[in-house]
Amino acid sequence: MLAEGLDTLIRALAEDGFQVVGPTIDQQAIVYGEIKATSDLPRGWTDLQEAGTYRLQRREDEAYFGYVVGSHSWKKYLFPPVTLVASADLGENGWRMQTPEPDPVKYAFLGVRACELAAIRIQDQVFLGGPFVDPTYEARRSRAFIVAVNCTQAAPTCFCTSMNTGPRCDSDFDLALTETSSGFLIEIGTDAGQVIAALLPVRPANSTEIDQAEIARQRAADQITRRLDTDGLRDLLMNNLRHPHWEEIAQRCLSCTNCTMVCPTCFCSSVSEVPDLTGEHVDRERHWDSCFNLDFSNMNGSPTRNSISSRYRQWMTHKLATWHDQFGSSGCVGCGRCITWCPVGIDLTREVVALRDTTGNDLSRLSDSNAESAEANR
Amino acid sequence: MTSAITAPRFDPWRTHAVRVARKTPEVPGVFTCDLAIQEATVASTYRFAPGQFNMLYIPGLGEIAISICDDPQSRGSVAHTIRIAGNVTHALSELAVGSTLGLRGPFGVGWPIDEYRGRDLVLVAGGIGLAPLRPLICHLLAHRQEFGEIHLIMGAREPSGLLYSAEYSAWQDGGLNVYPTVDRGDDSWPGHIGMVTAILDRLPLCRPAETVMMSCGPETMMWYAAQIAIDRGVRPESVYVSLERNMNCAIGLCGHCQFGPQFLCKDGPIFSYNRVASIMKVADL
Repeated sequence: MLAEGLDTLIRALAEDGFQVVGPTIDQQAIVYGEIKATSDLPRGWTDLQEAGTYRLQRREDEAYFGYVVGSHSWKKYLFPPVTLVASADLGENGWRMQTPEPDPVKYAFLGVRACELAAIRIQDQVFLGGPFVDPTYEARRSRAFIVAVNCTQAAPTCFCTSMNTGPRCDSDFDLALTETSSGFLIEIGTDAGQVIAALLPVRPANSTEIDQAEIARQRAADQITRRLDTDGLRDLLMNNLRHPHWEEIAQRCLSCTNCTMVCPTCFCSSVSEVPDLTGEHVDRERHWDSCFNLDFSNMNGSPTRNSISSRYRQWMTHKLATWHDQFGSSGCVGCGRCITWCPVGIDLTREVVALRDTTGNDLSRLSDSNAESAEANR
Repeated sequence: MTSAITAPRFDPWRTHAVRVARKTPEVPGVFTCDLAIQEATVASTYRFAPGQFNMLYIPGLGEIAISICDDPQSRGSVAHTIRIAGNVTHALSELAVGSTLGLRGPFGVGWPIDEYRGRDLVLVAGGIGLAPLRPLICHLLAHRQEFGEIHLIMGAREPSGLLYSAEYSAWQDGGLNVYPTVDRGDDSWPGHIGMVTAILDRLPLCRPAETVMMSCGPETMMWYAAQIAIDRGVRPESVYVSLERNMNCAIGLCGHCQFGPQFLCKDGPIFSYNRVASIMKVADL
């Protein structure tokens, strides 16, 4: 399909009742928002990422999907930042509680990366895979149409190859695109994808185009330099809950919650009471919360996790260790968002290395101050 | 459009309107609230297992997890023993009989009592921890012949803090060996003085390998009780503890109640000691 076909795709999805959402530029970042036409896409832009750094930059070409991932993820549509879960009304017979019908919104996601497909699979396990199903997530997920886009470049923060989540989109999409200099190669993943593909100006790809797409995808894989050694990682973390390195991380961590907000799999939330002025109608709103917030673990008036070290430990051990026990996979997809968007550039892959290198009683390789404090605690 | 399409299921946020049917002062700062479910069809089918909890909801203030302390066979209302600790429990304490509020539940995994028919049982409660054990006590009294020896140890700071003390003689008469103990006695206190663990230490255990311990109370108390029971020959997998953390959704979706790999709300709150022993003593987990 030629690049012009993208507009046909967006129109076809919209005519089918989908609200098309995808990458667009806002506040000097590529975020996900409503897409009405290809003119909304970040054509010709790319992103430069490093620990604690994100910058947009012009590309030398006019690629539509020539960026990696920004601070947004698709979880903002499937697990919205604010959701009405219930409401209460005071009447003659006292309080009555209702739960709302899930919003019948149909989203078409345009530009889902392989790591993001993996993140959606992981949140499917969280919200749909257990004894309780979240009605909002279920309604939105079951109606969503996914147009995946294979990565043709990687950021220095990417480590999907370590997590076996990318960079190639293998499954769980309706359509998957690979952007090349001559247009888009389309793979069809589902019957629903087939129906939409039939409306597009497409023809069978020739072998040159298929090779071109393969080279483009391979380029992304070759650019990935960051690694997370997952071998024995669960046990490494759970056997080191008292490791002094947690305290060392806490010297840098601001407990700002950025990593959890940008993480495409983090799902912590809290319900707030939102009464109207009469006090006779109360909405119960669920909003994203974070294990880095002090009051998140409040019990009987005081927090269980009072220190930043205990909160960072909770986040990392949950993401990389106990997630396996709970949901049968790691909670990390290697997208690198938590590294990029950490204001002080904490990089979980490096913290894992530090923990691995100093495991057991061998504290000699810790930084001096840390080794001293560990010594003083003996 | 991709996978994950499932049939509509029951809405975990559905909250039943309940009316305060009765309020009973228990020990200082603690009261019991009997709640009657308003909708007849819900009320007639509502059942719970000993050890489960409900989410009690005061519109505008919020929702909290409270263990059910009622007899699982009782019908018409559901009793909750509540210690006044925060905004919602304080507001609950001030609700008049007849007031309405919300209830979601029951949630959580109860005491695994059916697995242990024929065994000897030791129940250990500290303070308000007796409340989640009370439905189990009711169940054991109703099925007394199905079990061997049953010991019940409960501790409080002082005699006035012993929960449900008016029921102890009936429990004793029903075939339970009841051992109340207090940290500080007074002139009228004829019973044990000391911690529950001191009683546990010298409890007659005829067949420890066939004995099951179930405990609820402060984590430190449960941990020491588990150590003593195991030292005395109770199998670690036959020791159960009931844990507490902040709960928000009660359905394993909000992340608040995580304790290592467990979600207390859906995997617990009752756990085999084996499953949590390695993390119970990790500070601030």
